[in-house]
Amino acid sequence: MRLINRRPGPPAVAALAALPFVAVALIYASASAARRAENPQDRLLPAPAQILDTAGRLLFEPDRRTGDILFWIDTAVSLQRLGLGVGIAALTGLVIGLAIGLLPLARAGLASFVEVLSLIPPLAVLPILFLLLGLGETAKVALIAIGITPFLIRDMAGRTAEIPPEQIVKAQTLGASSLAIALRVALPQVMPRLIQSVRLALGPAWLFLIAAEAIASEAGLGYRIFLVRRFLAMDVILVYVAWITLLAFLIDRLLRYASRRFFPWAETA
Amino acid sequence: MSFVTVTDLFLDYDRRPILERVNLTAREGEFVAIVGASGCGKSSFLRLLLDQERPSRGTILVDGQPLTGEPNRQRGIVFQRYSVFPHMTVRDNIVAAEALGANPLGILGRSARRDARARAEATLERIGLAHVAGSYPSALSGGMQQRLAIAQALAAKPRILLLDEPFGALDPGTRLRMHDFLSDIRTETGMTIFMVTHDLPEAFKLGDRVIVFDKTRWDPQAPEAYGATITYDFDARHGGIPYQTPKEDPHVPVPA
Repeated sequence: MRLINRRPGPPAVAALAALPFVAVALIYASASAARRAENPQDRLLPAPAQILDTAGRLLFEPDRRTGDILFWIDTAVSLQRLGLGVGIAALTGLVIGLAIGLLPLARAGLASFVEVLSLIPPLAVLPILFLLLGLGETAKVALIAIGITPFLIRDMAGRTAEIPPEQIVKAQTLGASSLAIALRVALPQVMPRLIQSVRLALGPAWLFLIAAEAIASEAGLGYRIFLVRRFLAMDVILVYVAWITLLAFLIDRLLRYASRRFFPWAETA
Repeated sequence: MSFVTVTDLFLDYDRRPILERVNLTAREGEFVAIVGASGCGKSSFLRLLLDQERPSRGTILVDGQPLTGEPNRQRGIVFQRYSVFPHMTVRDNIVAAEALGANPLGILGRSARRDARARAEATLERIGLAHVAGSYPSALSGGMQQRLAIAQALAAKPRILLLDEPFGALDPGTRLRMHDFLSDIRTETGMTIFMVTHDLPEAFKLGDRVIVFDKTRWDPQAPEAYGATITYDFDARHGGIPYQTPKEDPHVPVPA
């Protein structure tokens, strides 16, 4: 039988899915054990048990100086920045994307401008943002928003333009105004795509968030990682990285669920 | 009294002629079937009637008035595909026919929506789609989707119904049932209908008139040099026997 036709059964699927995770965990554990056998004080690859120990301390023990649990403060601060940045970008992308996709006037005026904007590397304008907006929250939120908005605009404009012209014409023969077509014909049809694009854009959004926090911040997941790096606190870094990964995974699943829940027609089509 | 008057219509795409010297008058309530080879401009002609495109020269008058430059509620349309909104349920697709044009937002108020829903239910009952009122169009068969599309177009109460190969993607049995459906609607509403079709028997069966688009001039060195025009205008009433109302049996088999 050809390799392309060999399909694993359900137990094999589960085993194959778990395999890379288990392999990485085993490789880490053995590498860590090897290093610690040479030098019990090794900090670069802490033992799995020590990482769990650190995780328990980070998640539940309040800071001795302030009485707060920094882990949760970092999480809240970072999620707020990410939520604001992605939210602003999604809204901007949706509105401008719909306009470019539906209105020839907006397309003529904005399409090439957005295309040029999307070529600017967002991290290159980070110093400009810090200089203009200061080192506070605004600059970090702005970096995330600026980083992913052009992509979202282009994706939304593309999806809007994909709506069959027959539907737009049909809506006109039913007496719909331009606004009614945007709100009742185009908007619901691009929403599933917006959620999908936001899911894709969350990767870069995390990147911009951590980059901004690494450079100038007083709290946040990225800030903490880059702070404890100076003390070689690998156990803390690993816990934070795992936590960020878990958050990203949960947000992704939440968005996927929302898309299925609110736009069932898009799943069957 | 002519209801639709097309005078000396020309249509070019980038100076490539598609239609030339098209003249046509149609009475109110007439069913005009339009046939012709692929690429002969019959769909373009329908788009001109719809006002989705503008002619290069010539005028189209409906009820003595020129078209306004964009599609509107006066002329409803059913395409071969994509005529219903995939993100609305079957019921909401009918409601949308009233809601979209009700105000600039295209959203009905609470009580108006309830009334429109009730009317939509009645419409769906009549066209036999009441049992799928809450489904999305993607769950419907092709014939049901086209029935929905026709009912949706009619719910906006247009004066002219334009059909662009509405049954082209349907299987023969479904197509026959759609013919009956369309004939019933026509008897009910007395609507003026223009229908583009590839199917000659269908054109003669449904239409009062069958008009044929074709090129009258042909240059083998430049097949695109000339556009198409109306070359035949058949009277398709009485089974296609033109301009006769036989008083005695003509012994000509008349297709049903």
